[in-house]
Amino acid sequence: MAADKMILLDCYVSMFGMRVRIALAEKGIRYHYKEENLANKSQLLLQMNPVHKKVPVLIHNGKPISESLIIVQYIDELWHDKNPLMPSDPYQRAQARFWGDYIDKKIYDPGRRIWTTKGQEQEKAKKEFIEILKILEGELGDKPYYGGEEFGYVDVALVPFYSWFYAFEICGNFKIETDCPKLIAWAKRCMERETVAKSIGDPHRIYDFVVLMKKRLGIE
Amino acid sequence: MAAKDVKLLGASASAYVNRVQFALNLKSIKYEFLQEDVFNKSELLLKSNPVHKKIPVLIHAHKPICESLVIVQYVDEFWSDAPTILPSHPYERANARFWAAYLDDKWFPLFRELRNAKDEESKAGVLGKIFEGLTLLEGVFVKSSNGKGYFGGETIGYLDIVLGSFLGWVKAAEIMAQLKILDETKTPALVDWAERFVSHEAITGIIPEPEELIAVLKDFQAKAAAAAASK
Repeated sequence: MAADKMILLDCYVSMFGMRVRIALAEKGIRYHYKEENLANKSQLLLQMNPVHKKVPVLIHNGKPISESLIIVQYIDELWHDKNPLMPSDPYQRAQARFWGDYIDKKIYDPGRRIWTTKGQEQEKAKKEFIEILKILEGELGDKPYYGGEEFGYVDVALVPFYSWFYAFEICGNFKIETDCPKLIAWAKRCMERETVAKSIGDPHRIYDFVVLMKKRLGIE
Repeated sequence: MAAKDVKLLGASASAYVNRVQFALNLKSIKYEFLQEDVFNKSELLLKSNPVHKKIPVLIHAHKPICESLVIVQYVDEFWSDAPTILPSHPYERANARFWAAYLDDKWFPLFRELRNAKDEESKAGVLGKIFEGLTLLEGVFVKSSNGKGYFGGETIGYLDIVLGSFLGWVKAAEIMAQLKILDETKTPALVDWAERFVSHEAITGIIPEPEELIAVLKDFQAKAAAAAASK
């Protein structure tokens, strides 16, 4: 594709943005990265995603695509020959979409409650969070990746949350590996992949962000 | 493919189930409809969708597929002959998926908020958001239909199925709230489209009448209240 202009509106700490970064890296696509300040959204962001006003937004030759897993599918479909992320069999594709949807619906909220609450509420959030991770661990089974032998769509959807585990563990005073060793092993395996390692956030920087947000939100 | 190979676990009052019916009908796929009672879920449902325990579930050659939008895309990809449901170009596909997610995650939940609105002011607020959404969809329709009759152009597409599945509940809300939601003075193209959609041979007869949906809703609310009280 000749001289594609690709811009990614994103936030360093966003797990959703990380998904898109991984997908772009997998396909070897060059792009201009623009860090958004969500407390002061750019005109470009508001113009390109007027409905949700959220990141990530991929702008391809001036046309915006929003919603991280929709963007990942878009990239995968256009650059279908290189490192395909979705399986080719319709049933496998349905399973991949199902688990992408599950990850989208379930993880973010209890994860957020782990660092924004205390006491009983926080314990409840931790319990919910681990339950969800256990279900995901069960789905992985003995496969190296969710995609089977190959790194794929569900791996892309889930691995960014790993960058937030350190922050959750410090805030929640627990170790995720205790309950979900296979999931942590899977995450470390994904991190060996250059596209993942260079795309997802540094856990310490993310923890610093969480500390800052807690101060701003008045949470101690 | 014999009807036995394709089973749909569902309930006719569910918009999400109706979507799958639309998709199967569009592809002329015969299927067995297994009626579920959500207050007394079958073993088959619990086994086929252990994660969410929800309808619809499509069981194709003994393999379950869950989540209505996942199922519709599966139907489109497995039975890949015409008519195709998702658009063919990746950008248009991304657009269709975006608006389907908007309808499911942002727009349709407003109807429950509307039912639960405690006073006229909050009711007006929710209605405002519903109309805003419809105005957006009117614009999407004009753009993607490209002068033809459906969001999908000449044939029914993904977004037709998703928004179309809510039409029964929209009518039910109009009766309960006593006002027009699909209003030809506000969104004329959508009003035309809605009539065209429900009369299509693959669609007609699937969406229950609004009075039936209201009865189902009241029954559901009563049972949910009883279940909560007995906890």
